[in-house]
Amino acid sequence: GIKVRKDKTQLTVSVKRFVKKLENISDDEAQEILEEKNYVAALGICAQDPVGNGSGVSGGEVYSFQTPKRSSKMAELAAELAQTPGQSVAPDHSECPEKTAKTPQSSSKYMFLLLMHVFSLQLQSKKKEYVATTPYRLRKRLAAPDPYLESESEYSASCSEEEDEEDQKEVRTVLSGRKTPAKTKTLSTPPPRNTLAKKIKEDKMSNLVEEYFEAHSSSKVLTSDRTLQKLQKRRLNQQTLHDILKKAPLAYAAEIKELNQQHEFLFSKWKLQLHLGFNIVLYGLGSKRDLLEKFRTSVLQDSVHLVVNGYFPSITVRSILNSITEEVLNHIGTFRSPLDQLEFIIKRFKEDSSLELYVLIHNLDSQMLRGERSQQILAQLSSLPSIYLIASIDHINAPLMWDQAKLSLYNWLWYETTTFSPYVEETSYENSLLVQQSGSLALSSLTHVLRSLTLNARGIFRLLAQYQLENKDNPSYPGLSFQDFYQQCREAFLVNSDLTLRAQLTEFRDHKLIRTKRGADGVEYLLIPVDDSTLTDFLEKEDED
Amino acid sequence: FVERNNDSEDAELRFVTCQSLWNQIKSETEQVQEDLNKQLFDNLVSFLRRSHSEFQEKTTEWTCRMKSREIPTAALVLGVNVTDHDLTFRSLSEVLQNNITPYIAFLEAKDCPGIKNLMQKLMGQLMNCYVDVDSLEDEDYVQVSQNRIRCSMTSLTNWYESVTKKTDSETPSKKRTSSSRDWQSPPVVVIFKDMESFTTKVLQDFIVISSQHIRELPLVLIFGIATSPMIIHSLLPHSVSSLLCIELFQSLSCKEHLSTIIDKLLLTAQFPFKLGEKVLQVLINIFLYHDLSVQNFIKGFQLCVVEHFYSQPLSVLCCQPVDAKKRVNSLSHDQCENIRKLPSFRRYVERQVSEKQIALLTADNFLKEVTQKLLEDLHVYHENYVSVLRCLHVFTSSLPKYPLGKQIRELHCACLENRVWETEEYESSLQLARMLNKSDLVTMLQQCVEIFVSSSGNEFDKTVERLKEFLTQFQKLEAEAFQEQDVSISSQKELQKKTDLYHLQKTLLELKESRRSKKLTKFEMLRFEVVDYIDSLVRNYLVPADHKTLHEIVYFNTASVLRGHLNAAPRIALHTALNNPYYYLKNQALKSDGGRISNKAPDICIVYKLHLECGRLINLVDWLEAFSTVVMAVEGPNADAASSDQVDDIIHARFIRAVSELELLGFIKPSKRKTDHVARLTWGGC
Repeated sequence: GIKVRKDKTQLTVSVKRFVKKLENISDDEAQEILEEKNYVAALGICAQDPVGNGSGVSGGEVYSFQTPKRSSKMAELAAELAQTPGQSVAPDHSECPEKTAKTPQSSSKYMFLLLMHVFSLQLQSKKKEYVATTPYRLRKRLAAPDPYLESESEYSASCSEEEDEEDQKEVRTVLSGRKTPAKTKTLSTPPPRNTLAKKIKEDKMSNLVEEYFEAHSSSKVLTSDRTLQKLQKRRLNQQTLHDILKKAPLAYAAEIKELNQQHEFLFSKWKLQLHLGFNIVLYGLGSKRDLLEKFRTSVLQDSVHLVVNGYFPSITVRSILNSITEEVLNHIGTFRSPLDQLEFIIKRFKEDSSLELYVLIHNLDSQMLRGERSQQILAQLSSLPSIYLIASIDHINAPLMWDQAKLSLYNWLWYETTTFSPYVEETSYENSLLVQQSGSLALSSLTHVLRSLTLNARGIFRLLAQYQLENKDNPSYPGLSFQDFYQQCREAFLVNSDLTLRAQLTEFRDHKLIRTKRGADGVEYLLIPVDDSTLTDFLEKEDED
Repeated sequence: FVERNNDSEDAELRFVTCQSLWNQIKSETEQVQEDLNKQLFDNLVSFLRRSHSEFQEKTTEWTCRMKSREIPTAALVLGVNVTDHDLTFRSLSEVLQNNITPYIAFLEAKDCPGIKNLMQKLMGQLMNCYVDVDSLEDEDYVQVSQNRIRCSMTSLTNWYESVTKKTDSETPSKKRTSSSRDWQSPPVVVIFKDMESFTTKVLQDFIVISSQHIRELPLVLIFGIATSPMIIHSLLPHSVSSLLCIELFQSLSCKEHLSTIIDKLLLTAQFPFKLGEKVLQVLINIFLYHDLSVQNFIKGFQLCVVEHFYSQPLSVLCCQPVDAKKRVNSLSHDQCENIRKLPSFRRYVERQVSEKQIALLTADNFLKEVTQKLLEDLHVYHENYVSVLRCLHVFTSSLPKYPLGKQIRELHCACLENRVWETEEYESSLQLARMLNKSDLVTMLQQCVEIFVSSSGNEFDKTVERLKEFLTQFQKLEAEAFQEQDVSISSQKELQKKTDLYHLQKTLLELKESRRSKKLTKFEMLRFEVVDYIDSLVRNYLVPADHKTLHEIVYFNTASVLRGHLNAAPRIALHTALNNPYYYLKNQALKSDGGRISNKAPDICIVYKLHLECGRLINLVDWLEAFSTVVMAVEGPNADAASSDQVDDIIHARFIRAVSELELLGFIKPSKRKTDHVARLTWGGC
């Protein structure tokens, strides 16, 4: 029941398109039957992709209240199964390269495209007969659990035993989910498309809200358990990543350049408007760093300017204010609070009307600057008539940082500057999941500090590290509680009182080797803030010694 | 010092014109603001004067002592347009400084997270930063918080005493020349700019503490309130609010403010610069639907001015008519060509006879002459336009249901948009106007006469005469009506006399007949005439501006630019870029139908599309594989040529880049719930 309803909401997203798609589905269904069974499952999911993809494209829908167009399970499966045809089809490319060259225009749906590569030459003529007949047959076949299908599925080979279990389950859900499009199809093939649309519309209203909460209520999210480690691919570190990307050619370089030139045309206008008391904010996809740099070098060469790299992970408002007071105003001295400092700056700029300052902020919406207080200070700064602020924002929700008061202080003029250039600098600081943390620095500091400690201290640290590694698979591992730790240390004859342990821990803490935090029950937990692989390396090294 | 995009010699001049025009406009708006606030400020000032008169007299009566526990407070209800308040307060403090007291403290919620900061701020402002920050700091460290507050409050009173003593000992007239009354001890005014955002604790503490000292320190509080006066009672418990003696002041609503501004800026021939219909509509919409901020409206107006002078090379002629004449004479050849390129001018040329056409298109001098004439026409048109518009507004604004809008700005928009007399609304409003009663009609006519008399245009002498004529006719009608009444009364009397049935029937029929034949009384006839006359005025003078030749010079009409800069939609821009990269990158390979996306799209678009398929959590491995599938499909033929390992690495790297870009854009974030998963942060299309 639930499955059926869910599919219906999928349909609601864009009825017309779906109807069109359904024809495709049935076409493919017709073809599939003659092919391997695992393709059937895969295509069933793929056929749903277009529905999801097609949605939300029109600008009007951007802000509308959108429900998940699919339950998370289904969607995740879609993504998961996406690889199946991909893997099997990829080798096929050599067979029909000219096909690849020709088709991309017509089929923007990649999955669909791939399948078309395989199937397009076959069975074009017999479509129509199948349209009417297959769904029933297909449904019957799919409804029955099919062990053959599971054993053949591509990824069972690469998965462990229990994953296989889950995969089976998942495939079955695919099948049951898949029934509905087929059923809808049987309803809609003949003329009465309008009635279908109407019905769906009615459904839409009633289910809209329900669907949303349904998708959010269950805390359990079904996704595949595959991890990157099993992928047999080494993780790239930042440097190699950078090198590789440098080698890879930038797509559409000419068009991007043209875009940038359009934006560069605006430079003199920007300067004029900055002088007239407006501040400028740039938005749009793509890094705006180069653009701003160009603006700086071409227009601001002779004037005093300050460049703030907002994406830098340790930037603070204080450092911005400091650089203004120290380098622009040549003031030596400290301030009690940023507010005092701001007041000082405002006073200075008001006194001396010849003082002018351009402030360029890359990523005004970065982690460090998006706080309310920092935005308030920056807004006040920018409201000074002789400080000209030009900033860029990237985050989708960046405009939410500003309320009316701040907006009026900022006095923004918005400029859309979509550049499509990659965020090279901006993302280089982000600790991406996929980039291997080099960890070499942490490791060397660990060994150096520990080498200077007593044998007992090293032992204490080792105990903690081992315990942490034992628990590395537990995602909610809070750390080792102090009492337990003390117990363990006593048993290993490393300490004789908890005072000595505490003294030792203080030393660790001073060197930032451990971190303590209090749990919900008030117990102190100890944690080594180093990732597991580094810790393992460290222990291995220790063992060697 | 500002380079313009075109290197014509007029750029400098244009900039200067723009600046001077803007300065004029700015001073005008400030004037308007001042005038609007005058009433409010006068009330406030008199309140402040009154509030501490007891303190002045230094009476020791018991009632007075009772009362002196209460702090006189003014609650200033300013409306939700918080951004405008700044200006109001600034002028308020100026007024107070000049009239009442030099001791004004100006507190904002963001500066006062605690009572300590509040007191510091207060003292700092009052004593003109006599208190050195460092010395205060030392004090802070020495004493406990409770102690310090009391200390600073007493120090405040001490300071106050010393200051007033000093001024007393000096010649009191010298210090207080500005104020009319001889104040011995001016009150200390503390302004809370945004009362709602103060923490209640701080406010309460401050009020309680200062009420203890009210006898030594004549304190007056002013609360700036954005919502409703009820907020005072919901913020402060009874015990605290009973210490206040609150008087309420209401400022003018921002809507009225806006209409005055529009009245003064747009509906006047004083400023050569005009807004086109769409632009005005955008500005008004931003005001009504987004912020209700007059300040922002003026900012938008400023942007229009700048944009116009920047983008339109002919805007050099957008100045006072006297200057314009001179400037036309000194126009360069290029500028003349620019004039010829104007669409409205082309239309004008096409209407002329052929010799004249040739002359206009070839001879610069002739062109300049014509341009001068046309500009003059345009100016005259504006003058007339405004008066007739006001006149029409007088008529339409009192009609039921307001078919042409209640506000004059709506009428203005309608007139700018197209020929107003062709619209349905105009038709229906005329219909309604034909049904007006006499007294209304007369008052309206009188108002119209006033408008026309006060207007500067000299074409209206006739109109005024005509309207006056109408008025006298109405008066005559009145006199006639009296007579008619007499007649009818007499006929009724006759009716009463003759009582037989036949005669009665006959006279009744006669009466009926006479009524039907008359159909329209004289009054009705006259009413029609008046309405028709107004109609003819409208048709003559309220021609939409874009039908006028050379309107491009003074009208700014590119609403899209304005909307893009003031009311931008960054999310939509991101969304289009990700969903439909062809919109930005004009490459045929990216062209796709019906909002679908080509698999040759930039990496980030593909990754974005793939992530749309997922639920709350996304498995990175699956994502990567899906991505590589797509990318491989594009590079299919080459995949075998290069070593597959190499390609894999590149794809992997591209994927990493795209994912981290998505993370930067706020679509996903790393998740700890499952290894190698990211959480999706958006739902739906964006």
